[in-house]
Amino acid sequence: MIHMEYYLIVSAIMFFAGIYGFFTRRTTLTILISIELILNATDINFAVFNRFLFPGSMEGYFFALFSIAISAAETAVAIAIMINIYRNIRSIEVNKLDEMKW
Amino acid sequence: MTLETVVFYFLAVFIAVCSILTVTTNRIMRSATCLLLVLFGTAGIYFLLGYTFLGSVQIMVYAGGIVVLYVFSILLTSGKGDLAPGLKRDKFLAGLAAAIAGAGLMVFITMKHKFLATTELLPTEINIKLIGQQMLSGDKFGYLLPFEAVSILLLACMVGGILIARKR
Repeated sequence: MIHMEYYLIVSAIMFFAGIYGFFTRRTTLTILISIELILNATDINFAVFNRFLFPGSMEGYFFALFSIAISAAETAVAIAIMINIYRNIRSIEVNKLDEMKW
Repeated sequence: MTLETVVFYFLAVFIAVCSILTVTTNRIMRSATCLLLVLFGTAGIYFLLGYTFLGSVQIMVYAGGIVVLYVFSILLTSGKGDLAPGLKRDKFLAGLAAAIAGAGLMVFITMKHKFLATTELLPTEINIKLIGQQMLSGDKFGYLLPFEAVSILLLACMVGGILIARKR
């Protein structure tokens, strides 16, 4: 039997890899990929807490399910925005993104 | 060493290596590929916990939907052989220090805290009929309202995505 701490450590590594990418990346798409890692790590935590601390109920399970749906929605809108940015300034780098339309 | 432990350690090493590669590699396409591998590893962890429906949703929505969206938008927005722009040394060090300090703190707290976890868990699978009934019931532990809210959110994001990305 694997203790739940090991699962939490795996998700902590994933979470902080996402944090590192969020701080150091310079392209909007890679920043979004880092956010995806962070969200995924929290989903693992929800499932693990539900499985080990409250095996009889299903709150964490449903929260992870809804979190997956919401991150799909967030990704779709964010990628639409990025394609629009690319259409306007021909680049998706954060450094070149220094003026707004209005 | 049971089979479960072997599978868990394999998945743990796989997820850790792939998620670090996702944020350190120079090419954006490799980054998306490593993200796909991380998502598959996460689905493996859900399967290991006995949450097979959650694992299959993870594979269908994340690995099947979101990564395809990423790959499409990478191919649309970046040229061949694009490398990530160089990073200033102090920015790199600051990010690395923040990540390592945060990870160390979190692992320390996790190891220090005594969870009241159930020890001998049998690998059980949640009945899919139960999931469906709870998802669509309006009783005390029902999830009808979040379900409807998510459906409206998905509709709104579909409309918003079309509105933002259409040609003017």
